[in-house]
Amino acid sequence: MALFGLVLAAVVFVAWRVNSVLVYNWDWSRVLGFVARIDAETGQWVSNLLLQGLFTTIRLAFWGTILAAIIGLVMGYWRTCDTLALRIISRTYVELIRNIPPLVFIFIFYFFISSQLFPALGMDNIDRNSPWVDNAFFRFAFGEPALFTNFMSGLICLALFEAAYITEIVRAGIQSIDKGQWEAGRAIGLSRSNLLRDIIFPQAIRKILPPLAGQFITLIKDSAIISLISVQELTFLATEVAATTGKTFETWILVAAMYFALCYLFAFVFARLERRAGRSTR
Amino acid sequence: MTPSPLVEISGLCKWYDDFSALYDISLTVAEGEKVVICGPSGSGKSTLIRCINQLEGHQQGSIRVAGQEVRPGMKGIEAIRREVGMVFQSFNLFPHMTILDNLTIGPIRNRGMGRAAARALAMEYLNKVRISEQADKYPPQLSGGQQQRVAIARALCMQPRVMLFDEPTSALDPEMIAGVLEVMETLARDGMTMIVVTHEMGFARRVADRVVFMDEGEIVETAPPEAFFSAPRTNRAKLFLGQLLAH
Repeated sequence: MALFGLVLAAVVFVAWRVNSVLVYNWDWSRVLGFVARIDAETGQWVSNLLLQGLFTTIRLAFWGTILAAIIGLVMGYWRTCDTLALRIISRTYVELIRNIPPLVFIFIFYFFISSQLFPALGMDNIDRNSPWVDNAFFRFAFGEPALFTNFMSGLICLALFEAAYITEIVRAGIQSIDKGQWEAGRAIGLSRSNLLRDIIFPQAIRKILPPLAGQFITLIKDSAIISLISVQELTFLATEVAATTGKTFETWILVAAMYFALCYLFAFVFARLERRAGRSTR
Repeated sequence: MTPSPLVEISGLCKWYDDFSALYDISLTVAEGEKVVICGPSGSGKSTLIRCINQLEGHQQGSIRVAGQEVRPGMKGIEAIRREVGMVFQSFNLFPHMTILDNLTIGPIRNRGMGRAAARALAMEYLNKVRISEQADKYPPQLSGGQQQRVAIARALCMQPRVMLFDEPTSALDPEMIAGVLEVMETLARDGMTMIVVTHEMGFARRVADRVVFMDEGEIVETAPPEAFFSAPRTNRAKLFLGQLLAH
């Protein structure tokens, strides 16, 4: 209660400083105009920069979570394998990424890998007008076709980075399963892949759900960093809006609220998942 | 025709670094025979039976199950494991699956049995261990004795030719032991080939054809239960039996 009072006092103090000392003119309307605007031609509401940025961030979060989960699951399993080569690969991957600051990793990835790799894979030559690309689903899932390569490099970068941490969570989950479970599975003649799929992974996943949720929320928040390689997500566009309008406080408070809503929603979904998983094991 | 031995172990050696876990073990178990293995803890009893289905690998000697040689790291070990059921001291049921699923997973995955057929088979064995009304519960909801009976049924569901028991009653409360032993005795009467590591001397007397006494990784003495319990030949066996009775 005392803590809550303290926080409230701090907010009031900051607000007072902003108003009376900086003589700041609050004007939400200009910033809100960048969330959505009325299209002059059609007369309908359309999303503007901030909302578009939020959508891109959601797309990044969605695909990033899936991609990072897949990479993390495979690498995490390799960490526990008997095969030395697989252990070396996964260990190197984890150590490399965990011991480089995210910012540095992103620059290295962007300038050395994606700028070399993507043209080699023919990603730059994708026909933007082909029906595979120029359709409603593609726009919904990946955003503007013109920005696709840009989006992909941001996505892969983010997923690779977060997957290193997921790898370690998965490894811990697999190793937390009692040796007796492996033995019992083997004793009834399950093959290794069946053993993993039916016995080990289902139990490991239930155990690692809470740290996994935390990591996925971190992924959403870390997606802000890839604004530095010009991926047009929320933070990148917010910088532009703040610069254009000069309304720094309003812009960033609004953006913070958007991130909060997104992460909180994600945490809520995961908490429900966890409860459901908990019910069936007991 | 003389029945060929179901399990044939000869000259088996196993060691960890410089510690010898099993030394020159030879043991033959015929179809339908019941063998009880006893001995002080750390004598290699569990290690021995875990070598039979290759939960542990051996370095020397040979193990044959139903005529097939079993080697460490071999391909197709799953085909041999389906002939060898195993019951563990700590049950090792799969806690995230219902009792019924615990039983059907082996037949479905290993034997390629259909879901319905596997369920019918599972219910049959659950009836046999008198636990069919718990089929839809999860293992942690059952008592230790019930869990161990489920574990026995799970092993039986693979329709194995030999059953291995690794101290099946050691983790149970005293009042739970009788139910598990009863199930095992019924199994023995039905003619199952069994190799049982246990300290339950009453069970050994009633069921075993032979008692194998092990100490420090070696077989010290093999005898019919009456002879073994009333007149052990070796000093080590005498000492062990004396300690068992003293407590």
